[in-house]
Amino acid sequence: MIEIENVHKSFGELKVLKGIDLTVSKGEVLTVIGGSGSGKSTLLTCINGLEPIDSGRIVVDGTDVHARGTDLNKLRRKIGIVFQQWNAFPHLTVLENVMLAPRKVLGLSKAEAEETAVKQLTHVGLAEKLSVYPSRMSGGQQQRMAIARALAMSPEYMLFDEVTSALDPMLVGEVLDTLRMLASEGMTMICVTHEMKFAREVSDRVAFFHQGIMAEIAAPEQLFDAPQHPETKKFLAATH
Amino acid sequence: MFNTALTWNDLLFLAQGAGMTLMVTAVSVAAGTVLGIVFGLIRVQCGPYWSAPLTFALDVFRSVPLLIQLVLGNALQSIMKLGWPPFTTSCVVLSLYTAAYCTEIVRGGIGAVPPTTRRAARSLGMTWWQDMRYIVAPLATRVSLPSWIGLTLGVMKDSALVLWLGLIELLRASQILVTRLQEPLFILLICGAIYFIISFPIARLGGYLEKRWSPND
Repeated sequence: MIEIENVHKSFGELKVLKGIDLTVSKGEVLTVIGGSGSGKSTLLTCINGLEPIDSGRIVVDGTDVHARGTDLNKLRRKIGIVFQQWNAFPHLTVLENVMLAPRKVLGLSKAEAEETAVKQLTHVGLAEKLSVYPSRMSGGQQQRMAIARALAMSPEYMLFDEVTSALDPMLVGEVLDTLRMLASEGMTMICVTHEMKFAREVSDRVAFFHQGIMAEIAAPEQLFDAPQHPETKKFLAATH
Repeated sequence: MFNTALTWNDLLFLAQGAGMTLMVTAVSVAAGTVLGIVFGLIRVQCGPYWSAPLTFALDVFRSVPLLIQLVLGNALQSIMKLGWPPFTTSCVVLSLYTAAYCTEIVRGGIGAVPPTTRRAARSLGMTWWQDMRYIVAPLATRVSLPSWIGLTLGVMKDSALVLWLGLIELLRASQILVTRLQEPLFILLICGAIYFIISFPIARLGGYLEKRWSPND
């Protein structure tokens, strides 16, 4: 379970998160929507400790992410994150990209890491691209590779930060299909997205962020069909 | 008909000088590169404020002509009664000179690795060291290689200045032959050709590695 309690985060003078309270249960798919600069992506990077927080608490399975003494490297093994820019390791082949962390972080043997990597790459439809370098693949394929790379660590939670935003519209579908597949398999996911149709379809709950606060959170049917907060209404009207 | 007093023994003498040039260059570039990597990491990790004293010291080595550094370094070791032979003094000074330039190359190389790529590595649970070893080092090496090759070739030619400390390297060997045989153009032509012969493979190695890596970029 991910418990977020009154989290505040600033970048200099800019307050990005202004007291976020949120709980994500095991197996839940939470989608976070909202305008640019609303704090959605920052929240994800705070959850796996890539960004420190100013105050509040983020607890993952009983471990306070930002407490002194927390082994973030160990914690990150159970929280996979995929970014808007897929950030492939350009000097490694697709297979090596996915094998690297299981080998070096989890300490798997080469054969074990390869088996895991091939399984995950097959899972996301890249079984034919094992020996290809990332630069030879489309953005959608690279993004799916990034998802396989995170999945190869056998995470318990997956965070997706606008994973389709940097993609050609033609390539968005293949990545969303991968996320749909993960959701159907019961993966606990927090997805920051601008894909409203996708959010409505796969989410258990949808949260709307506005200027650093969580303005509204509800089941997708309720949030999309009968939004309560005026800013949610304005945002949804603008996206339709 | 072309006549010369140059003998095979003289050519052997030049070859020995070239050997000394290679030796001084190899030791200085190896030590300077190791120091440059350490200093570069310190500069990147500690930030401009805490690494300011190091930056200043390296700026001195980059700004003062190498000849002055060699003469002062030799005087200093003499004053401090270190008893270093000219080879050691030459290598120490040239290593620091190389390290000063290499530090900037390393710093630039590390800086060229996108922070987002490093963040992706850390997000997978890699430690700082694993990120450095498996992501930053290979990517930064590619970026830094052309500059490092240029530095190595530069140090090889700059190593000619160690003749002022009494080492008989390639240029000093040529000077000795010029003085004895009075055939400056011919001997300097040979000297230049030897410099080219020992530099060319290094330059080509750089080109080869760049080409080998480029298909993946």
